[in-house]
Amino acid sequence: MDLNTYLAAASIVLDWPVLAAIVAGAVYGFMVGAIPGLTATMATALLVPVTFFLAPVPAIALIVSTTAMAITAGDIPGTLLRIPGTPASAAYVDESYALTLKGKAEVALNISIMFSALGGMFGAIFLLITGPLLAKVALNFSSFEFFWLAMLGLMTSALVSSSGPVKGYVSLMLGILVSTVGLDITSGQPRFTFGVVELYGGISFIPVMIGMFAFAEILRGFSSTAAYPPAPETSAFRPFHGMGGLLRKYKWGYLRGASLGTTIGALPGVGGDIAAWIAYGMSRRFSKTPEKFGTGHEEGLVEASSSNNAGLSSAWIPAMVFGIPGDAITAIAVGVLYMKGLNPGPRLFTENPAMPTAIIFTFFIANLLLFPIGYLAIKGARHVLSIRRCYIVPVVLIFCILGSFAINNTLFGVGIMFAAGLAGYLLEENGFPIAPIILGIVLGPVLERNFIMSMQIADGKLTGFFDRPIAACIGTVVIILLLVPVVRTLRQPTSSPNPI
Amino acid sequence: MKLRKLAGITASLVLALSGGLSSSIVMADWPERPVTIIVPWSAGGGTDATARAVAQQLEERLGQPFNVVNRTGGGGLVGHITIANAAPDGYTLGVITIETTMYDAQGIPGATPENFTLIGRFNADAIGVNVRADAPYDTVEELVEAVKANPGSIKASGANRGGLSHLAWAGLLNSLDIDPEASPWVASDGSAPAMQQLAADAIQVVSTSPSEARSLVEAGEAKSLALLSNERSAAYPDLPTTTETFDINWSPLPFRGMAGPAGLPEEVSAKLESELKAITEDAKFIEFMQSRGFSIAYQDSAGFTETVMNSRDGLVSAMQSVGLAKTN
Repeated sequence: MDLNTYLAAASIVLDWPVLAAIVAGAVYGFMVGAIPGLTATMATALLVPVTFFLAPVPAIALIVSTTAMAITAGDIPGTLLRIPGTPASAAYVDESYALTLKGKAEVALNISIMFSALGGMFGAIFLLITGPLLAKVALNFSSFEFFWLAMLGLMTSALVSSSGPVKGYVSLMLGILVSTVGLDITSGQPRFTFGVVELYGGISFIPVMIGMFAFAEILRGFSSTAAYPPAPETSAFRPFHGMGGLLRKYKWGYLRGASLGTTIGALPGVGGDIAAWIAYGMSRRFSKTPEKFGTGHEEGLVEASSSNNAGLSSAWIPAMVFGIPGDAITAIAVGVLYMKGLNPGPRLFTENPAMPTAIIFTFFIANLLLFPIGYLAIKGARHVLSIRRCYIVPVVLIFCILGSFAINNTLFGVGIMFAAGLAGYLLEENGFPIAPIILGIVLGPVLERNFIMSMQIADGKLTGFFDRPIAACIGTVVIILLLVPVVRTLRQPTSSPNPI
Repeated sequence: MKLRKLAGITASLVLALSGGLSSSIVMADWPERPVTIIVPWSAGGGTDATARAVAQQLEERLGQPFNVVNRTGGGGLVGHITIANAAPDGYTLGVITIETTMYDAQGIPGATPENFTLIGRFNADAIGVNVRADAPYDTVEELVEAVKANPGSIKASGANRGGLSHLAWAGLLNSLDIDPEASPWVASDGSAPAMQQLAADAIQVVSTSPSEARSLVEAGEAKSLALLSNERSAAYPDLPTTTETFDINWSPLPFRGMAGPAGLPEEVSAKLESELKAITEDAKFIEFMQSRGFSIAYQDSAGFTETVMNSRDGLVSAMQSVGLAKTN
């Protein structure tokens, strides 16, 4: 793409209806995202009728900035109240909440907002340079590659849990077990539904996530092990202060997270959910102080937040270049693109390159807007934390119920939320981490579907998983990662057994 | 103070309840309050997009909000059962799809055509046969010959096993006296992942509507060979049909139609039927449908009912041929 394209794209974006749409989307997205349980997908679906009345670019700009904002804003209830906004942010919610418990809520918010914005901007620039090429690469991924990627994502759960890999794997298996509930897509047979129609659709991760994190936290408040976030210190806190130092300190973590997020995020279907998990796991693996992870350490938070937002923009690439939506949000966006006569396809890039470039610019601007809006959010956070516990708990409970109801508009979701909350409380009291359960519920179906698809394609031969070059590479990495701890244990028969 | 509040709440609850009851008696004024439209498929898909466009039109015409609610899961089953189980008062309606004709034969009761009041059809798009752009076959005849010559080597996908996409492809092979298992089905979660598999060269055939394959076709990654239909599509007039190629009668036409629970008051369904007809003739609605590559295929209640019953007969025998339904 040449300079003229960039100038043309800039002039499209710097038109006032587009800028107004970006700002409106940002404010709306931020509000929806900050309410626990309301998701970016929901925010986007509600926008569709509005886009009927808008010109093509403002319509897309509205969706882009709403999603970018909603996903980052989802980190705020995660940090303050331990209610993650997305399955991706469940990877690092314990880390940021641990910071809040230390009285450093503002630092945690600072990190997640600033590195989300930086990650998102990195992703946008990366896409400007490699967009169509990246889409071409992503198009070569079949079920074999997706299977191995899902395996890689699952294995990070052992790294994420601070209470030892064994309990991490137990939690993960529980999550995968929950994910098998519902109609099986291969045979169409109901599994573990006990004749309950609502269970035919499976157990949605959102009520489980809200229940296990937020409702369990309320329950814990009544027990002796309760830990409350302290009221923030009275000295005035300056948002974004000291972040330059963090960026210098963790520049490799930031770059690694952002580039990983951009690459994995472009893979339709699995990308967005696992990018932050792999980034967080990698950060711990390469860290000089892995023992600090899970206790309110900034390093993993930096890397995972960066990768979360970087992956967001690249999910649009396969959608724009090949019309293959990676998630519900891009599926809605593809629909809007068609409706506006901007048919997705490589022709969108060759015939009218200013248009996709303008969409990527929109991402950049939306992420820039995170700074002023995030500033206000961090300022407001201290007030949230200084509210007395007896007022916070009922409000959180209302949001728990609201969020789990809104996912399918049924009370069934609320029931799931309460049950998951009770289970989550009992599990955590006994040292089993919660985050791997969420990962299991999200990735379980991905793993199963891609495994079955691959087996059907390979006529039941397991060697099929190594027939394709990319699959063979990722597969080898997964197997090595699995074998390394085993070999290490066998080589040191005298060492004391790992504490579990 | 507290007591008075409680009394107020009770009073408003009673009012709300009696309002609900009285509206079912005085149906002439329907709708008097917001109507819920249940969509059994996820936000962003074709059914969702068309349902939202219809809902918006109804809202403008009838002066009450028509709220679209996605109740997804279980291959559309959860949403369809929710529509069927709703109170037949006209305030919970839905958009139903061809899957309603298949659940019963799979042994899942509760969402058969008899459980609905069929109001009218607004869209129907035939399923197409799509292959990779660099595939060695240029016509559906060559593809079928290749399936015959090398049983088991040509893998097809597009939906779950037993999904419409699967039955359409298996039914074609079946009506050509080829064992459907000669082209093994790869179960996928809809057409998007199947198209991805096709582009990645993991499978050979995707049976899905040409509009869902369109972007990859335009990208030069895939090509559409034929339409599984008795008549050519207005949107793709150059695409031959399998009926003209093979001289068979196999036309599994997926529909999208308005429906309510069984026993919907006559006034409500009649009003909706005529509004739906007007909507499908509305310039704005037509423009929307064309922009998304959806065809408009209006049928009134009687015509829609006939279509539904005919599809059921054809699909159930296709399901029996691949062993997904019991042969009676």
